[in-house]
Amino acid sequence: MSSELPEALQRNPLLSTWLRFDNEKVQVQTGKVELGQGISTALAMIAAEELDVSLDQIDIQTGRTDSGPNEFMTAGSMSIEGSGSAVRQACADARAHFLNQAAGLFDVSPEVLSICDGVISNPNGNEQISYWQLLDGSQLDFEANGEAKLKATGQYKLVGYSTTRIDLLAKLTGETAFIQDLRFENAMHARIVRPPGMAFSLSSLDASRVESMPGVCKVVIDGNFIGVIAENEFTAVEARKKLHQLARWKTNQADRLPPDVPRFLKENVDESLLVVDGTPTDSSIPPLLDAAGGIHCRATYFKPYHLHGSIGPSAAIAEFRDNHLIIHSHSQGPHVIRAAIAQALGMDLDQVTVIHAENAGCYGHNGADDAAMDAAMLARHYPGHPIFLQWQRQDEHRWEPFSPAMLIELDACVIDGSIRFWNADIYSQTHMGRPIPFGSVTNLVAAWQKADPMPRAEARPGIVFHGGIHRNADPCYQIPEKRIVKNLVKDQKVRTSSTRSLGAFANVFAIESFMNELAYASGQDAVQFRLNHLRDDRARAVIISMAARLRGYRLKERDGWLYGRGIAFARYKNSKCYAAVGVILCINQETFEISLVHAVISADAGQVIDKDGLTNQLEGGFIQAASWTLKEAVLFGEYASISDDWESYPILTFPEIPTVETLILDQPQEPSLGAGEATQGPTPAAISNAIFDATGIRIREIPFLPEKLRSLALKD
Amino acid sequence: MTLYSLTLNGQQRTVDADGETSLLQLLRNEFCLNSLKYGCGTEQCGACRVLVDGEVTCACTRTLAESSGTDVVTVEGLSEDRQLHPLQRSFLDLNAGQCGYCLSGILITAYKLLQTNSNPDRSEIAAALKDNLCRCGAHNRIIAAIEASASMTDE
Repeated sequence: MSSELPEALQRNPLLSTWLRFDNEKVQVQTGKVELGQGISTALAMIAAEELDVSLDQIDIQTGRTDSGPNEFMTAGSMSIEGSGSAVRQACADARAHFLNQAAGLFDVSPEVLSICDGVISNPNGNEQISYWQLLDGSQLDFEANGEAKLKATGQYKLVGYSTTRIDLLAKLTGETAFIQDLRFENAMHARIVRPPGMAFSLSSLDASRVESMPGVCKVVIDGNFIGVIAENEFTAVEARKKLHQLARWKTNQADRLPPDVPRFLKENVDESLLVVDGTPTDSSIPPLLDAAGGIHCRATYFKPYHLHGSIGPSAAIAEFRDNHLIIHSHSQGPHVIRAAIAQALGMDLDQVTVIHAENAGCYGHNGADDAAMDAAMLARHYPGHPIFLQWQRQDEHRWEPFSPAMLIELDACVIDGSIRFWNADIYSQTHMGRPIPFGSVTNLVAAWQKADPMPRAEARPGIVFHGGIHRNADPCYQIPEKRIVKNLVKDQKVRTSSTRSLGAFANVFAIESFMNELAYASGQDAVQFRLNHLRDDRARAVIISMAARLRGYRLKERDGWLYGRGIAFARYKNSKCYAAVGVILCINQETFEISLVHAVISADAGQVIDKDGLTNQLEGGFIQAASWTLKEAVLFGEYASISDDWESYPILTFPEIPTVETLILDQPQEPSLGAGEATQGPTPAAISNAIFDATGIRIREIPFLPEKLRSLALKD
Repeated sequence: MTLYSLTLNGQQRTVDADGETSLLQLLRNEFCLNSLKYGCGTEQCGACRVLVDGEVTCACTRTLAESSGTDVVTVEGLSEDRQLHPLQRSFLDLNAGQCGYCLSGILITAYKLLQTNSNPDRSEIAAALKDNLCRCGAHNRIIAAIEASASMTDE
């Protein structure tokens, strides 16, 4: 076996695990899942290209635990690099196998044969045979050897271009596309009844009046886990409402939430780790770096708790029959949630099957996994029927794990125009609350709530390269001395977990705002200051191309509004897609309202697979991050979040969206680089830098609300 | 239970259900229509939008009793003979969407907009969509698709 085999293919070497050939079609089975990011289209393009079949001949099957490869989670911008390279090599091996077979049949050398739409032709003898004829109903039940040569990029007909997304037609016409569209015989509708927050437990609930409602099949009360199963959705919703009215909850003073989050983060650190070259180490934390002379700057940045805020609340369908659980879930990791649920319910792994189905975009660890567990619990209490559980809006807003608040203190010195040292202290709760099963603890809400509860997993500091809190904490710039410390607050009274780009959003916000502060303090141009600290030509290229376009944008100014331009740059995880973001915005002189006018993105994601898909991800990432930056913060009462709808947690709306242009610097000879989270980091800093350019106000606390700008303006 | 009738995508339909059932629950569960989505249940996101007597309506709060005798159109009824409506065509051509959950409600808003304003500009489209939430950030593509559809129909 070639040592060059992509990792996912090494773990799942059987070709028929990845590729099934039936009815003139190729089914590509991937362990990654479609989250709305367009991965199924990109993988279909890779497979069609390498197999020389048309895109129409490819069907993509994503994330099933009973067939196809196990690829753990779809997260961290790794699907193109991971699944993409595995699918490409698997298809190349398959194609080589077919060519060799056909060459034997035709008694020619494989080099003379050509392939179109899966049909192999021998130009010398007018002979043809298709992949499907060669297989004659069998499948490729042998292991990939990685010996087949990949198609040269110069020969690509699909990869690197744009195509229509393969999942879009169904979504535009009302065909079956989402988990909510799966309809099963004898299915029952279910709702859960959660307490107002994590701090609450059930004091009393007399459910008899609900149990006797016509159409109610069962009220499940298992410790603090409460759910209702009904014959129809209307009844399930009505029953949930009544149960909420009837339930009495209790809480403890000790579970009161801290009113001052930045202070809470700073004063409750459990573990501090020195981060060197993007990886936490065991080294003792050195004192703050210092130097004599030069221009010394310090600044503190803050990001509040955010919601993932899926437009579709989480859902799942589970059926318990003959001692087996089948769960349809929009989890990012079907194999992972399968193991976590089996563990939490005391079942064997082979008693649980998880099949992925799409819901609205999740942008990280939202309610998907908990909904799967909830449905499994309900199904166990009511066997023999598929249980369709739909979380309601309030369930999602209150019970999805939040993106953690982060506090970042930076301290650096510029001497002779260059940064001499860089101190960073980053404070945050965990970004890694996913239900990855380990030991006897769990990260599933229903497992904490049930009558025989499992304990919560304790937050542990991520120690991998650019893991959670320290993702992009290490600036990409040439700086002689750096002291970067991640400080983990283990407390989970507010439950936190992964949200698109993890720590990179706040870290790059801080770094790239601070770069401008340093440039300004030392009297240097912000673009040139960055370029002076970068040796990587690809990094320089995205900054230069973005800045040129931003300067060239023709602006029509309005009276009463101050205009500004701001830029920022990051390379995601210092090792993936390069992205520079430029923003033009204006600020109303009276109201301090911030209006985004135009944005320019320049990105280098290595070899481009789906050009339009890449553009869509980069632009979408910018707009989502702009929403986080300008509008979003979870609000809390004494014990729990009070942001339980879109009014109390507003997001950016259509009239607030700027025009966006995206430049893609394609590098066909370089490996593809994950890009789904690349613009998240630079966006808040580009906005903050543009606000400073417009007004001279430096805002370091997200969200950038008009009232905050006003109070900063009054301070100055 | 009571018998209600309404016109759904051009066809007369009768249903025996609780009058307090939401139009969203009814259309999804009784008539197996997938396009309209549950998003918030409080008219804040627009994912469940349909046309009721030609007016854009959130199906999550409209009850069956209130809908009795009305003419309801969903995305499934925008065009006949399974042909794509020009709006659907341009959304497809421009890959206007990411996860796609919000698109059905947006198509309904856009359909109504183009009935009253056959050539809307960017700001008019954005204003019409102010109560349709998209979380993926596909806004600019969606606006472009509606502009493209308008100019196609115009020609």
